Amino acid sequence: MTERLGSGWGSRIDRSHRISFTFEGRRIEAHPGDTIASALAAKGEWILSRSFKYHRPRGILTMAGQDANTLVQIGDEPNVRADIRAVSDGMAVMPVNLHGTLLRDRGRVIDHLGRFLPVGFYYRTFFSPGKGAWLKFWEPIIRNAAGLGTVSLAPAPQRYVKETRHCDVMVVGAGPAGLSAALAAARAGAQVMLIEREPELGGALTYARFAEDHAEAEGILADLRAQIDAEPGIEVLCDAVCNGRFDDNWMPVVRGDRFIRVRAAELVLATGAHEQPVVFRNNDLPGVMVSSAVQRLMRHYGVRPGERAVVYAGHRDGYLAAFDLQDAGVEVAAIIDPETEDRDGFDLDLARRGLTVLRGASIMEARGTRRGLHLKAVDIRLSSGRLRTEACDLLVVAGGYTPGYQLALQAGARLSSDASGTTFAITGLPAHVHIAGAADGLSNLIRVLRSGEIAGQRAAAGLGLTGLPAETIAPEKGWRRAPQVSYHPKGCDFVDFDEDLQAKDIKNAVADGYSELELVKRYSTVGMGPSQGRHSALATARIVAGQTGRTLADVGITTSRPPFGPEKLGLLADTTPQRYRYTALQGEHLAAGAQMQPVGTWWRPFLYRRDESFRDGVTREIRMVREAAGILDVSTLGKLELRGPSAAAFLDRFYTMAHAKQPVGRVRYCLSLTELGSVMDDGVAFRMADDHFYVTSTTGAVDRVFAEMMLQKTIWGMDLDIQNVTSAFAAINLTGPNAREVLERLSSDIDFSREGFAFLHGHVGTLAGLPVRIMRIGFTGELSYELHLPQSRAVALWRALLEAGEELGLRPYGLEASRILRLEKGHIIIGQDTDALTTPDELGMGWALSKKKPFYIGKPALEMRHDLGDKRRFCGFTLPDDLARDVGESALVLRDGHPVGQVTSFGHSPSLGRWIGLAYAAPEDAVPGATLRIRSFTGREVEALVVPLPFYDPNNTRQEL
Amino acid sequence: MPLELLKYGLRREHRSFRDIPPTPDLRRSYDVVIIGGGGHGLAAAYYLSNYHGIHNVAVLDKGYLAGGNTARNTTTVRSNYLTPPSIAFYKEGVQLFEEMSQELGFNIMFSQRGQLTLAHSDGAMRSFRLRTEMGKHMGTRIEVVDAKTVREICPHVNLDEGGAHEVLGGLWHEDGGTARHDAVAWGYAKRAAEKGVEIHQRTEVTGMTVRGARVTEVHTNRGTIIAGQVLQAAGGLNGRIGEMAGIPLPIRCFPLQAMVTQPLKPFLDILLSSSNLHTYLVQSSRGEVVIGGGTDPYQLASTRSSLPQKEALATGALQLIPCLHNVKIMRQWAGITDITPDFSPIMGATPLDNYWLDAGWGTWGFKATAVAGKRMAETIAKGCVPEILRPFTLERFERFELLNEMGATAAGH
Repeated sequence: MTERLGSGWGSRIDRSHRISFTFEGRRIEAHPGDTIASALAAKGEWILSRSFKYHRPRGILTMAGQDANTLVQIGDEPNVRADIRAVSDGMAVMPVNLHGTLLRDRGRVIDHLGRFLPVGFYYRTFFSPGKGAWLKFWEPIIRNAAGLGTVSLAPAPQRYVKETRHCDVMVVGAGPAGLSAALAAARAGAQVMLIEREPELGGALTYARFAEDHAEAEGILADLRAQIDAEPGIEVLCDAVCNGRFDDNWMPVVRGDRFIRVRAAELVLATGAHEQPVVFRNNDLPGVMVSSAVQRLMRHYGVRPGERAVVYAGHRDGYLAAFDLQDAGVEVAAIIDPETEDRDGFDLDLARRGLTVLRGASIMEARGTRRGLHLKAVDIRLSSGRLRTEACDLLVVAGGYTPGYQLALQAGARLSSDASGTTFAITGLPAHVHIAGAADGLSNLIRVLRSGEIAGQRAAAGLGLTGLPAETIAPEKGWRRAPQVSYHPKGCDFVDFDEDLQAKDIKNAVADGYSELELVKRYSTVGMGPSQGRHSALATARIVAGQTGRTLADVGITTSRPPFGPEKLGLLADTTPQRYRYTALQGEHLAAGAQMQPVGTWWRPFLYRRDESFRDGVTREIRMVREAAGILDVSTLGKLELRGPSAAAFLDRFYTMAHAKQPVGRVRYCLSLTELGSVMDDGVAFRMADDHFYVTSTTGAVDRVFAEMMLQKTIWGMDLDIQNVTSAFAAINLTGPNAREVLERLSSDIDFSREGFAFLHGHVGTLAGLPVRIMRIGFTGELSYELHLPQSRAVALWRALLEAGEELGLRPYGLEASRILRLEKGHIIIGQDTDALTTPDELGMGWALSKKKPFYIGKPALEMRHDLGDKRRFCGFTLPDDLARDVGESALVLRDGHPVGQVTSFGHSPSLGRWIGLAYAAPEDAVPGATLRIRSFTGREVEALVVPLPFYDPNNTRQEL
Repeated sequence: MPLELLKYGLRREHRSFRDIPPTPDLRRSYDVVIIGGGGHGLAAAYYLSNYHGIHNVAVLDKGYLAGGNTARNTTTVRSNYLTPPSIAFYKEGVQLFEEMSQELGFNIMFSQRGQLTLAHSDGAMRSFRLRTEMGKHMGTRIEVVDAKTVREICPHVNLDEGGAHEVLGGLWHEDGGTARHDAVAWGYAKRAAEKGVEIHQRTEVTGMTVRGARVTEVHTNRGTIIAGQVLQAAGGLNGRIGEMAGIPLPIRCFPLQAMVTQPLKPFLDILLSSSNLHTYLVQSSRGEVVIGGGTDPYQLASTRSSLPQKEALATGALQLIPCLHNVKIMRQWAGITDITPDFSPIMGATPLDNYWLDAGWGTWGFKATAVAGKRMAETIAKGCVPEILRPFTLERFERFELLNEMGATAAGH
């Protein structure tokens, strides 16, 4: 391993072990702790990818996951950042977006066509000849050229875990500021979660150099780590990324395949700063890196970043990186400082170390080896104006930082900067969010530590644990300088490495009229790549400001959107694959051989099929109900308890019928409307006591009805309590001419005689020793009882009914039979036979509207609509067998060739021996004896006879037996 | 290589395309003031200036050009609606998109790949059949397909046989597609500006003076202007702008969120959606998968993003295409939608003689950019609402002549 430094370097690698992986099929040796990029660099492999557009060779830039040029594919997983993903043994890593190999990519030809591809070139052309040209010809080319990784269509299954947590204080970032914040908050008594995206605590203390003398920082780190270890109130999560800040301090933390959602009372943002690349020609050559990347390579992974380095010190940290390089044995050929004097006080150190500084100099361009595979020299413009070419295989650039502002801005804060864009401030943070350290614009280690401590104390004060600290840290000023932005006439001065955008692209975007930063972004796509502007935002804003003559503050930055880093869909998705709901009788249905079907979130028995065709089975069940008796599990009905002195008055306002005078023990139909007077839901209300109603709703609507009831109760300020008891109660519909006899065969304290239990009455009592609420209502038109009881007792009642009814021909029946049974009776299903505009008038349900009540929801609108007249009307029709073919639900009803309505329910009635249906039609057609023109699905128009409803037992004698 | 690029590359200097002129000073008066510099307002300005000879037009936007819902929508263009007036209107909208790149000389990248909406319930199948019958009646390309055909159209779809979200079939709408949303606005802006339309960015309307049955002045943060005719096309702010003109609108604001993955090589050729799962997916020409869904469940006038909505979208997306679990989300965002009670827009006249509405676009406005602009321009130029827009009148709410499209919005609210 020739490129590794000595044992003093490489804190994260375990040199005692070796593992290996493959990259582009080549076997690469690594140490545990290496990232893919560090292991490759250690073997002298500096090219990780080919760039998005021009297919230029690209390598390590930040070593911090801040650019897309490190993206690789690992097996099924696309777009993995090689500079931060740890190597595991046997891993197969492949570069992406290539035509050939990394070293020989045929896509490179695009680089020579760059001048023909101005910013936004795709808006200017590719739409001819003809209107299909883009879709058929040009877009496939663009689509195939775009995109990075590849989706595996059959990836290995992966288990993701979701956790939900609470804490007093979350500290994001465990650099010096975060560590001191966590300590301060914990010492005040707070439970602290400390979130660090790197595998170890310390942040910049683990790789950066804060002074010529490195020992002091090392001592501080060791000391802070020891204090954290000793503090029981701090939970440390390393390798964990806080990926967003949502309202009320709701934070997603990504830790491998674990997604931890944390509600924090107080949040401390110690998110550090992101070092920015410098813009000059060929600034993307492998071998050009930001200073922190070089320091990370050396200190974390013990990788020798080059043999001979040139350092651009557009920032004080450039000097410190140069000291590191020298200490590691890398020859530092020159330090380029754009300033003309020693602003940082390093002259003595430089002299002692024998380092050459070129003051007042700047980078003209970097030069690459043949085919641009690596840096070979840098052209420097000296203060004298002369050019000097310095051979080097490493160019270290220190161009300054932007604060880690993303989470702060998501919390609603603003980022402002001075005119040069070198000093930033984050203002306007909401309550319970605090900021510290480099994220707050600080760099001096002592001040960073102190600012963390203050932020921790503020968080503790927010919890009421301590008083508010009086001290604030004044912003640092005057020590930073503006890094160079040098536009080269020949280009290749990259601003956005993800999107392959050069300085001229940004300038030209402004020239084309896209002068607002958001428009520059959208037009040029700057900042839209995987790193979301983390390395390009500042340079872009500077160019736009320069081009428009505005200040950086006026230009602003683009909105900071979550997530901070990439977030796998698998992490976000619900980990419970399906949310099934089963009634208490699920086991009984399965044992009886029921064919189950999902209805909303519930599973319901569709048909208890025997050795028969589907239609025969449904017919058998319908005949059974019509001729003997059947039971249907209706536990999925919505069930609501309304109790309180205002319960009756509330129902009067909520539903269309009169409930105030509904006698105790009676059951009444309930119809609710929307504010538009349209049908919302229906059910029944059983008055169990003066101040107690038991109300049902349709299966799918209960959540909406309950929410609406709670809202209206609050708005109206009425004195009652409403509970949704849907899951607490099971319900069984017992129906058929033998229904009464079945009940009478069971022990009960309820009188089931015709006189003792009349239609639309309800009783509470016991049946077969089980507590029940029974209502004499039904959907089938037969003698029916709806039996409600605690769901834990449902199986016992179900079995008792089957046993008592066996000789009477009673069996369970399914949903499909139920649908036909109700259709024969002309009963509507809300949502199927109604839409958002259906009125009771259209349905012929005027009988359900109380004429006496001054108000119910929807009444004012309904009265207006009533006066405007119906535009359509609901009716029943029949069709003979030969015409019914290809007619079905949703077939159009026409009048003069125009659609006036549609079939809403349709089926074959075994009881009547005909096809019957419900439909909307023009009012004049919707009268018995008229004919409807229905267009079948094959386009044939058929005539259907309108008949009175209900189809079956028109005088409703059977249900009142 | 196309000739345009060759010519460009052989020039020495970048010659600006001058798409959007810098914001000029406000003049004292304009024949037409358009409130809202989104796609709709710019399209109206384009048709006014290019087809009706009305050049003295100012388009006002409080922020950057087309930065509201034009910039935030998920770019679907389709006409598979439910009511005949809507289908007729959106069908014309799709046709205009088909010709738009040529019309504007600006590639808006209309990519008519077809939209497949999945049904996981009988109710959805029933609603798809009705939309199909209506669509065929109106002459659009639409059909109900079975689960087997769903698999043929989109092999990655999880049919979930026997599961709670079993795919029972789908609604295949060949006319459906996507376009580059920003480009639509820029193309209209460019060609409108060439004909003298003034585009005023960072110009916020702060109030209006109404005398009698006319808006006489429009007040902005940059000064007051006299307006001959006013068109309101203010997206998520339509409710507030309507109030300034003294016209209360039946609009409620709900956030609508979407998200996008990192770029991937092409694998999804169609627009895929599911009304039951409130999720849709489309892969852009950049390779990113755009994932959207229904609005947030409660009213809010904010463009903040939320975690629960992102989780719900991810859940829906993986239910539809489970192999995407390794794919990474890059960005999420939100817009403010102006939802009407019947999920149809409000276009046409108002109680004021010179004030015209192009509002209530909720989650369905982008696909109507061209047709709304064209027809609203016609309305203003002729002073009379054309037949195709009449069903969308504000008065329909008083007459209860609603155009119920609740079930036909993309994610089925």
